[in-house]
Amino acid sequence: MAEFFGRLWESRIAVAAVVLFAVGFVTLLLHRNLLKKIIGLNIMDTAAYLLLTSLGYIEDRLSPIIRNGDVDPSHYVNPLPAGLVLTGIVVSVSVTAVMLALTVRLYRRYHSLNLDEIYATAQKEHGV
Amino acid sequence: MAFITNIPLFSIVLCLLCSVVSSVLPEKAARRVSLSLCAVIAIGSGTLLWYMIATGTPVTYLMGHYPHPWGNELYFGILEPLLGCLFSLVMALCLLGGKKQLSADLEDGKRHFYYIMCDLVLVALLALTYTNDLFTGYVFIEICTISSCGLLMIRQIGRTTLASIRYMIFSLVGSGLFMLGVILLYAITGHLLMPNLKESIAELWEGGQYRTVLISAMCLITVGLAIKSGLFPFHFWMPDTYGYATPASGGILSGLVSKGYIFFLLRVIFRVFGTSVFYQSGVSHVLYGFGAVGIVVGSISAMREKDVFRMIAYSSAAQIGYIYMGIGLSPHLGVLAAVFHILTHAITKPSLFLAAAQISDAANGTERGAWHGMAHRNRMAGLAFAVSAFSMIGIPLTMGFVSKYRFAVAAFESTRLIVPTLTVLAVSTILNAWYFMRVVIRLYEPPKTDADSAPVHNGASYTVAAIAFLAVNITLGVAAEPLVHLLERSISLL
Repeated sequence: MAEFFGRLWESRIAVAAVVLFAVGFVTLLLHRNLLKKIIGLNIMDTAAYLLLTSLGYIEDRLSPIIRNGDVDPSHYVNPLPAGLVLTGIVVSVSVTAVMLALTVRLYRRYHSLNLDEIYATAQKEHGV
Repeated sequence: MAFITNIPLFSIVLCLLCSVVSSVLPEKAARRVSLSLCAVIAIGSGTLLWYMIATGTPVTYLMGHYPHPWGNELYFGILEPLLGCLFSLVMALCLLGGKKQLSADLEDGKRHFYYIMCDLVLVALLALTYTNDLFTGYVFIEICTISSCGLLMIRQIGRTTLASIRYMIFSLVGSGLFMLGVILLYAITGHLLMPNLKESIAELWEGGQYRTVLISAMCLITVGLAIKSGLFPFHFWMPDTYGYATPASGGILSGLVSKGYIFFLLRVIFRVFGTSVFYQSGVSHVLYGFGAVGIVVGSISAMREKDVFRMIAYSSAAQIGYIYMGIGLSPHLGVLAAVFHILTHAITKPSLFLAAAQISDAANGTERGAWHGMAHRNRMAGLAFAVSAFSMIGIPLTMGFVSKYRFAVAAFESTRLIVPTLTVLAVSTILNAWYFMRVVIRLYEPPKTDADSAPVHNGASYTVAAIAFLAVNITLGVAAEPLVHLLERSISLL
């Protein structure tokens, strides 16, 4: 039992990331409010970046910028995960922008942010 | 390395360039740019295809000559240029055939945005086809999602906005899962390039290390891409998305975008996990099962639709099921059948959407009931609809027949799956025939009054597109053997 908790503590960031991913995932999929769905999407993406960042960090190593002429790679962390996170952030920002634009358009058309209400209105209007 | 191997990178850069330039062009010029772009890429990919067939050795293209682990790579054999050619041709034909509806459905002053989105969808499809790097794949998956959502939401009626938000939500769930899978793979291997990943994964699998992480990554990536391409039980966004979009978008989304994701999944299976690991892990059985159920459920849902566009959209769900069933069946003949069906569906479904749009314009309604005798008023669209419907049912002399034949052949590769596969094929053929023939018969019923038989003018661009789709469909349906041999060869190069 102690061993289990020890291992859990060791990978606490990964566990937190998975929990956050699940929270975001469920919110994006099941929440009826469009804005909260978008927040869920961002929580989900951020959780993935947290996992990636924590994997890329090695204790006692420096950020990958050459200091005092030290060019030994074993003193620095790998810059690639940070690069991936940056790319991912750009992607999630643009996706969020598209989702927000769609939400604005839906709100103007149906005067609601609740997806159930929007569906009900649409059903009345089009009979689908 | 021959100069000709630059073609994939040039096509990708050219697409990006055109999409940027189109943003300041008026509508007509943007349309011309998109069409010429498709033509140039089709010619370029065709040349590359010819070169690859002649040499027969796959090429790993180092971008900027930086080797692993600093550089990004493209990889292509025979199948990649073939698909590049197909994607650009079908996109051009969709833009041609849907011209009339495009000018009616899009708002003035915003039409040139449509062509930007088309260019971006094409670049995403090409990059997904050619890339050798998983994270590049992820980025282009997102570009594809955003631009295909643009293709959908540009028709500004309430239902398309609602459909786009649904499409976006499911796509984002899919890409989130895919990204988590990629991160897990990166965590246990330290690679993102496909050949290095494959090597490390084979080692880890042999040694039995990280088995749980590996299988979860496999599931996450497969499920992510399956959601995005609309495999059962994630197919319910399809009827709204394909059914209410402007017909050119419906054709592009159902015929091309979903195929891009499926082909990327195929590449991941062959070039990242390796077929032996993937087919031992049991994930393939899950794909087979959901594919087979999806075929039947999709067909039954299509039967219950009165709206023809939604019916065709549900039929797409069934066709996606066929492709996944093939992938799950076996890595040789099963995948061959799946790839052939990718081609069949990419050529047949846009043709159906465009013909349906043409007919419903003449009939003033998208419901089956309003289509009485319309084939007499619009001969070309009626013929295109009928032949494409025959192809979806699997009647001989069309590509659909060859697909179904290849699925049946593939079924005999594993003794356990013969009976279920053949049963699903038979049941779905009956269901397909039921709902498609119902519409075709209604189309060819004799007209009630003289006014009902007054011919409608199609416009030259639709006629060209319809004839091109039919010609390809029937040519490849009659003489499929060379293509099948080519696909066999190209799958061994994946």
